[in-house]
Amino acid sequence: MSVDLGKSLGKEPASQPGKGLGPDLGKKDRIDRLAALTATGPDEAGVSLTRDAFRRLRRNPVAIFGAFLVLIFVFVAVFAPWLAPKDPKTLYLIAEVRPNNIPGSQAGFPLGVDNLGRDELSRLILGSQQSLLIGIVSTLMGLTAGMALGILAGGLGGRVDTVVMRFVDIMLSIPGLLMAITVALLLGFNPFSIMVAIAVTQIPIFARLLRGSMLAQRNSDYAVASRCLGVPASKIIFGHVLPNSVSPVIVQATLSLATAIIEAAALSFLGLGNADRSIPEWGSMLADAQDFLTVRPELAFYPCICIVIAALGFTLLGESLREALDPKFRR
Amino acid sequence: MNLVEVRGLKVHFPIRRGLFFDRTIGHVKAVDGVDFDLEHGKTYGLVGESGCGKSTLGRAILRLIEPTAGSVIFDGVDIAGLQGEKLRKARKRMQMIFQDPLSSLDPRQNIESIITEGIDAHDLLDSRKQSRARIVELLEAVGLSAAALRRYPHEFSGGQRQRIGIARALAVEPDLIVADEPVSALDVSVQAQVVNLLEKLQDSLNLTFLVIAHDLAVVRHISDTVGVMYLGALVEEASSDDLYAEPLHPYTRSLMSAVPVPDPDVEDRRERILLPGDLPSPANPPSGCRFHTRCPWRQPERCDTEIPELRVLRPTHKVACHYAEQIEAGTIRPKSADEVAADQGVYVAATGGLDAKDLLDAGKDMPLPQQGF
Amino acid sequence: MAPLLEVENLSVTFGRKGTRKVQAVDGLTFTVANGQTVGLVGESGCGKSVTSLAIMGLLPSRGVTVSGDVRLEGRSLLGLPQRQLRDLRGSEMAMIFQDPLSSLNPVVPIGIQVTEVLVRHRKLKADAARKEAVDLLDRVGIPDPTRRLKEYPHQLSGGMRQRALIAMALACSPKLLLADEPTTALDVTIQAQILELLKALVVESGTALLMITHDLGVVAGLCDRVNVLYSGRVIESAERRELFGHGRHPYTAGLLASVPRLDSPRGAPLLPIRGSARDTIPWTEGCAFAPRCDNVIDACIGRPPELTDVDGSHQLRCCNPTTVRPVEVLG
Repeated sequence: MSVDLGKSLGKEPASQPGKGLGPDLGKKDRIDRLAALTATGPDEAGVSLTRDAFRRLRRNPVAIFGAFLVLIFVFVAVFAPWLAPKDPKTLYLIAEVRPNNIPGSQAGFPLGVDNLGRDELSRLILGSQQSLLIGIVSTLMGLTAGMALGILAGGLGGRVDTVVMRFVDIMLSIPGLLMAITVALLLGFNPFSIMVAIAVTQIPIFARLLRGSMLAQRNSDYAVASRCLGVPASKIIFGHVLPNSVSPVIVQATLSLATAIIEAAALSFLGLGNADRSIPEWGSMLADAQDFLTVRPELAFYPCICIVIAALGFTLLGESLREALDPKFRR
Repeated sequence: MNLVEVRGLKVHFPIRRGLFFDRTIGHVKAVDGVDFDLEHGKTYGLVGESGCGKSTLGRAILRLIEPTAGSVIFDGVDIAGLQGEKLRKARKRMQMIFQDPLSSLDPRQNIESIITEGIDAHDLLDSRKQSRARIVELLEAVGLSAAALRRYPHEFSGGQRQRIGIARALAVEPDLIVADEPVSALDVSVQAQVVNLLEKLQDSLNLTFLVIAHDLAVVRHISDTVGVMYLGALVEEASSDDLYAEPLHPYTRSLMSAVPVPDPDVEDRRERILLPGDLPSPANPPSGCRFHTRCPWRQPERCDTEIPELRVLRPTHKVACHYAEQIEAGTIRPKSADEVAADQGVYVAATGGLDAKDLLDAGKDMPLPQQGF
Repeated sequence: MAPLLEVENLSVTFGRKGTRKVQAVDGLTFTVANGQTVGLVGESGCGKSVTSLAIMGLLPSRGVTVSGDVRLEGRSLLGLPQRQLRDLRGSEMAMIFQDPLSSLNPVVPIGIQVTEVLVRHRKLKADAARKEAVDLLDRVGIPDPTRRLKEYPHQLSGGMRQRALIAMALACSPKLLLADEPTTALDVTIQAQILELLKALVVESGTALLMITHDLGVVAGLCDRVNVLYSGRVIESAERRELFGHGRHPYTAGLLASVPRLDSPRGAPLLPIRGSARDTIPWTEGCAFAPRCDNVIDACIGRPPELTDVDGSHQLRCCNPTTVRPVEVLG
């Protein structure tokens, strides 16, 4: 068969409006112009799904609000040392702290001080660093390991799938908190062990999600079409199946960031966090504040608000991401 | 000359159940012993209702589903026996066109990379520039302009997407194209465009087509030879003209009488041969002639017990019915649908509908996990 | 006598504030007389399904603008409150859908779904409703109806489900039955069964039938009158013999010429309509079919063509109709 197909074939008239309307060019142009009005404009041509999704995300006020919260959180965490008005570890007003009285808001200490006389505002600001760090690192670890397992199961299928999935099922069947405590006990009381603990609880979620979506995609017509073209299996999995399977995983990762922040706080609340209690962390601040709930309830309230806002930002962003990536919402 | 010879092809999907280890508790016989030939440069049409195994057969020939038994001799080589790299290389010569033009195109790739994929997989062209020129040529051959290159599948209409699918198949210069319901997802006014395009491409590129469809009118229009499938087996095969002029198998007859014709005069005059019930389960097909549970011409004993062979009745006409001659001569009269249903005691659909459909749906999704690519 | 159903100048527009509006139905006018079978034919996107939903009052209220009028026995339906519409649906008019599985409740046995309609609209007692349900299922050709009553929708085949839906629709002997592509999801032999059933039931019960389909063949054997829709408007309307024998609109003619027929001589080339339904211009700017039409003349663009009487009951919306008969009717 010759390569110059077009010549041997003659050209099929392009299926475009107005072609072949006859010699009356003026009329043809008018119809073309009118038809163009209803068709998509030229600026919209060649828009990939990702760009399309991003465009929809930007139009969603919920997404904007979520992104705004996340942005503030990240900004505060990154520039915390410069933003914090005072040193978070110095026991400024320790002399004034009594068992039944903690100094409240006053000049130089807008949110008051904690039970050791340290500036509450500065501790909150620097506490964001721990939360962000633990959230991102643990989610990334969970995501990496989960996706690796997911690709293994969803990409290879068959026996590998069965073995990997049974392993993941076992991980799922262990209560998350129990697992976290065990990991923390094994690795010692430091932020890293919290990260690992949270990551381990997230692995099965990502693995299951990616595996399910890959199994569905690899039976789709376009994957079959690529197989029929003789495209090597690895190329089909990484070039077609995986890119079309990751959207739910991305959404889940965003939502997991929120969970990770909450879980990090919960673990340090339980005393599994950093052994050095002088380093500010929202969860341990909350734990410290609970002894003084009757004296200064605000001290518990402030870290709570911070945790909620940070988690809410990621949750809203994740939910709107899910909407934007869902093909059903496309026009 | 035959490009493809299919002999005794069987595709049985295991039905697995089990708590920890899946046990095979039966088989869905989606394709159960099919023989036919695809003549070079001709079109073979495969018709049948959903669940008859026609799509499975098409995919088994392309080795997209593993055949359980039988051989597919493609130009002297048994495709069913190829493995690994040899199979991958062999795929270049046979391509497929899908029913749903949208789902058969990767939504995240633009048209250029969709069509380039096959060219790259077989190293058909050396440079990027060459392949760009070739893609434009292919697009023009299927009636699209070069402006399509940078666009994504969702930006096209159904007919245009199908053209893209055809261009992708043509990119590797195949000899055989299996078209699985190529027009049934398209609007009526667009169907004819695609049918005409396929015919034109066949003429200019000397392609061999296997067209799988449920629409008898389309199949008749496009095919040289037509095979009728029922429950995993061919019941009749004839040249397109012969089949429609004088259908011999009772199933073909009822199928043809059921197709609506856009003409009130024809519609008012014709007599429908209504079949009772639904397709029986391919996991547990009826004994003897598979059609006997619904056949208006069924005769006692022989139809229930003896499996009819696909036999040559005329040079270009094969039929799998014990009584084809008598039915044609009119010595056996058909019964009404109600009588057939009553004859069978239990209503066929009572066991058929559910199993057949569900199991086949399962079968459709089943092959991949066990096979890898 | 006034017709049973009058649809007058019906327009349905989709789109919320800020998004681009989509005009699904655009000034649609047609009638259905008592006991008449009327076809609404068109391709996807012509607005035929939206029309049926508008008649039944099933369109969502948010983001949809409906104008014009729909009258059932002279009584306007568009302004009715949901309560009254609910009473009308089922008793005066009923609908069957393309996909019988998704229109049946998957977790409730068929029998309960059928008797529910009887209890609700005909105020039957449970026992009487049961007996009536058995009768109904028997009437639509479901064998062994007593046993079937206990089965769930997924246990029935596609054809049987559609029969069950028809039984439910006919439960209260409605005056009007809307069928939206009732056989499209079914195989040809099953389609033939259902069409025969509908034909028989219409004659037997005197119900008027509005048949919505894309299949000209289905219409040819079933409908008394056929309305051809394009881009939300009726472009041709005639008695079926008149339409199939002497269709004048280039679109009608084009549709007939583009489908292969089982009974026409083989080898005749198909004459497709070029382009796709996307290539259209708004009705206000001229004829929406103009970009695809072979008969296009200057008069086609600029002002919208009106639906005018050709002769007797044959109406046409075209500036330059075809003169020849579109397809030789074979004896």
